Amino acid sequence: MANTIWVLVELEGGAPVRSSLEVLGKAARLGRAEAIVLGSGAAEVAPTLGEYGAEKVYVHADAAYDQYLTLPAVETVSKLFAEHQPTLLLLPTTYDLRDIAARLSMRNGMGLITDATDLTIGDDGLKVTVPWGGETVVTATLTQQRPGIVLTRPKAFSVEQYAGRTAEIENINTTISAESQTIRVIETVEVKSEGPALEDAAVVVSGGRGLGKAENFHYVEELAEILGGAPGATRAIVDAGWLPYSYQIGQTGKTVKPTLYIAAGISGAIQHLAGMKGSKYIIAINKDEHAPIFANADLGVIGDAVSILPQLSTEIKRRKA
Amino acid sequence: MKMFVCIKQVPDPNTTVSKLDPNTKRLVRNGVSLVLDPGDESTISAAIKLRDKVGNSELVAVSMGPASAQEAMRRALAMGADRAILISDPALAGSDAGTTARVLAALLKKEGADVIFCSTESTDGYTGMVPGGIAEVMGIPQLTFAREINIEGQKAVIKRVIPKGYQTIESSLPAVITIASGSFEAIYPTMKGIMGAKRKPYSQVSLADLGLEASQVGEAGAREQVLSIGTAEARAAGQIIKDDGNAAQQIAEFLQRYQLL
Ligand SMILES: Cc1cc2nc3c(=O)[nH]c(=O)nc-3n(C[C@H](O)[C@H](O)[C@H](O)COP(=O)(O)OP(=O)(O)OC[C@H]3O[C@@H](n4cnc5c(N)ncnc54)[C@H](O)[C@@H]3O)c2cc1C
Ligand SMILES: Nc1ncnc2c1ncn2[C@@H]1O[C@H](COP(=O)(O)O)[C@@H](O)[C@H]1O
Repeated sequence: MANTIWVLVELEGGAPVRSSLEVLGKAARLGRAEAIVLGSGAAEVAPTLGEYGAEKVYVHADAAYDQYLTLPAVETVSKLFAEHQPTLLLLPTTYDLRDIAARLSMRNGMGLITDATDLTIGDDGLKVTVPWGGETVVTATLTQQRPGIVLTRPKAFSVEQYAGRTAEIENINTTISAESQTIRVIETVEVKSEGPALEDAAVVVSGGRGLGKAENFHYVEELAEILGGAPGATRAIVDAGWLPYSYQIGQTGKTVKPTLYIAAGISGAIQHLAGMKGSKYIIAINKDEHAPIFANADLGVIGDAVSILPQLSTEIKRRKA
Repeated sequence: MKMFVCIKQVPDPNTTVSKLDPNTKRLVRNGVSLVLDPGDESTISAAIKLRDKVGNSELVAVSMGPASAQEAMRRALAMGADRAILISDPALAGSDAGTTARVLAALLKKEGADVIFCSTESTDGYTGMVPGGIAEVMGIPQLTFAREINIEGQKAVIKRVIPKGYQTIESSLPAVITIASGSFEAIYPTMKGIMGAKRKPYSQVSLADLGLEASQVGEAGAREQVLSIGTAEARAAGQIIKDDGNAAQQIAEFLQRYQLL
């Protein structure tokens, strides 16, 4: 197995983020997984990555990666590419990694495939699965032999444990140029939302324009709370100002993959489906029997969400009691 | 200041299911109604607001696409852009995100752009790779997912949406700025705007005008290749019920049956 797969690991609060670990596990199944960790917490995190599949970790614990976006990482990874020829750089689609991938591919003339849900590397080369517009799935490859980049959909893979694996650590000795220190982070503000984080919740109850008015969203929140889940929303009601952006699920919002997804008053536009189709069980409540959401529901209820939601909350409380 | 907004015509997401032609492996455009990308409407609106706030500035809409994209350009003009340039050339068909970025960057460099607006991702391509690609080719910073934009002297300061909240980030100009769709209220063209758009400068440029070779673009320059196109696995048909007053009980039973309570 001569394939070497690189993963650029993101850190948050001094720990590797879950999406990086998911992709690292996939990389280890495709061949030899090597991680790159950059930023203040990198030195502490590096030795832990073996357990998630890394055989080797490149480390550069420079604060410039935290203080400036995109360009420092692009510079360092490009330098690594000049010295090594991995088969592939595999990245989960996140805000920062997407920006980094776009520039890396241009700077190094690399092919790049986005929105992948799976990939294989066999004797006949790389094969990447990319869903297209709901009804179609494309299998794509890169035309060059040189390393390419594949960006995967969030939650396409699960975290794997490689107990007892220790990664070789290589410290990168490089100074980040002044030109790369140009997109400066002035401050980072966390906007707290209550309940379990939407991305990790086992149950998500979402509302759309069919709820009629902003005040009715509390029926969604109430049911989410009873089920120990998180409330979510469509872009339509986020745009309408009912809720902050952090609630939005879909192509331009968050991707969720809970065990249970309840969609109330949601039509099921392709951009919304992109963010929740991977849910294990989907229940939809919609007044319109032709709503596209029903084609994706395990249980479809034709009816008024505004009356059914509170009844359902009461019914579940009764059964749980 | 010279401001540019990169826009694109796409199959109308409200009426069409995007399809790929199994032979050409390209997006089917025949018999599909094409519109200005709804995400770009938001981006153009943000750009117009910034142009008016900064003052003494021009906003130019640019697109790479077939001649039919003219209609989307007219809409950008009707919304309030000052002029429009379409890069159109038969050799460009089948271009990937990298090529699109190189072609757009060639024009933007020639035009001397100070601020370049893009949407975060397009509704049809949805790679989100073009804006960063343009920035890289031009050797300038990219500020992404903006929900608020300020120009302070020769600096751009934006509030950038991140999963946990937002970041305030700044860079020098020129810069590429991408707009988080939905963050800016859309400007709708007025009757006066639509009439006025017809008199605004509109030009079309070819590859040769930009000093690019046909062999570097289109399918010839693509680094990605579609091997095959298949049908997505449909979810097994679910159960559909009509609420006759018992829906809550039926849902609760479903939850219990699958041990979801
Ligand atoms: C580039 C782009 C990106 C996008 N990204 C996203 C995204 O990330 N996430 C997202 O969600 N959308 C996204 N959209 C928007 C998407 O196309 C839809 O417009 C949006 O998802 C619709 O939201 P909705 O279902 O709440 O509203 P609608 O489509 O208006 O649907 C409302 C539904 O409620 C039903 N209804 C009405 N009254 C009741 C009632 N009393 N009880 C039950 N049902 C009722 C109606 O039958 C209807 O089906 C994007 C669009 C574009 C162009
Ligand atoms: N052919 C094009 N012409 C003009 N702008 C484009 C083109 N393709 C992409 N863009 C810009 O880049 C953004 C992201 O596109 P994409 O990378 O295809 O998701 C779009 O929303 C546009 O702002």
